Amino acid sequence: MHIAEGYLPPLHAAAWTVAAAPFVVHGARAVVRRVREDPDSRLLLGAAGAFAFVLSALKIPSVTGSSSHPTGTGLGAILFRPPVMALLGTIVLTFQALLLAHGGITTLGANAFSLAIVGPWVAYGVFVLVRRLGGGLSVGVFLAASLADLATYSTTAAQLALAYPDAASGVPGALVKFGSIFALTQIPLAISEGMLTVLVVRLLVRVGPDDLRRLGVLRPAPAAPARQEA
Amino acid sequence: MSADPRFGVVNGLLVLAVLVLAAVPLVFVGSATEFGGADGVAAETIETDNPEFEPWADPLFEPEAETASGLFALQAAIGAGVLGYVFGVVRTRRRLPEARRGGSADVERLQGDRADTTPAGARPADGDT
Repeated sequence: MHIAEGYLPPLHAAAWTVAAAPFVVHGARAVVRRVREDPDSRLLLGAAGAFAFVLSALKIPSVTGSSSHPTGTGLGAILFRPPVMALLGTIVLTFQALLLAHGGITTLGANAFSLAIVGPWVAYGVFVLVRRLGGGLSVGVFLAASLADLATYSTTAAQLALAYPDAASGVPGALVKFGSIFALTQIPLAISEGMLTVLVVRLLVRVGPDDLRRLGVLRPAPAAPARQEA
Repeated sequence: MSADPRFGVVNGLLVLAVLVLAAVPLVFVGSATEFGGADGVAAETIETDNPEFEPWADPLFEPEAETASGLFALQAAIGAGVLGYVFGVVRTRRRLPEARRGGSADVERLQGDRADTTPAGARPADGDT
């Protein structure tokens, strides 16, 4: 769940917008370059955006008694590297801000920073790390997607803590407070997001392994895709 | 296509686990809560702790609750539609050249095969089990 319209002080809203803007512009360029150099990747780019679209529309109840939604940005970050998701995630956020009164235009910068920038970079970093350490594809995808989801909402909590420090305990106290609202709620959802992302990657491996090899997600070994399913 | 019987089972289990994770709070945390959005909870917290706080901007357009749930469903539907299209295209693109090389018998096999496997793919929980 994103920071609602008007809920970040103007200075904070402006600062997060300034911080997010270069990433989004760079991401837009990355998308254009990708499509020009590799027109075949348009399909999977569409899939990455569509996955974020679906998952961020699913409000799922959580153990804290409130509900929240996954982000769906991990898949695209793994397939296309994070800059692409800076654009696609911001498009999703803009759609929700304009049509659903979910998030907002004044808070778009802050929400883009957490969902479209921090999340995808965490996903990518975790995925690369797990694979370097010899972890399997599914393990890498699961950890990448769920930690990206958690990181997104931890960032949201931090943004609110910076804007609204606790009267007694300051920013750290506020971080615990907002963290318990967002991050705690998000833990089961992050696990769900991890599993759904693994599911989609499994289906992609089954249906179009050549596309994944071209993107460098699967190693160019001629082995049967069944080997990747462990 | 390799016929790994575990493929459908694992996919089904993944879907099942997601459903269980969503259902557990509904059953055990139960009717004591309305499962409002975490963003709404955060907004309330801000207002409680900072009584002088007023949001300084309002959404340009705010749909009614019923309309909003429909729009969320629309968002999910658009995404799911695109995803399904991509899977279909990627699958066909990969299999058609194989069939062309193999001649018309293979095209027929492909078409028959497609009719066989599509329902299983649409309901991974039942596939291969």
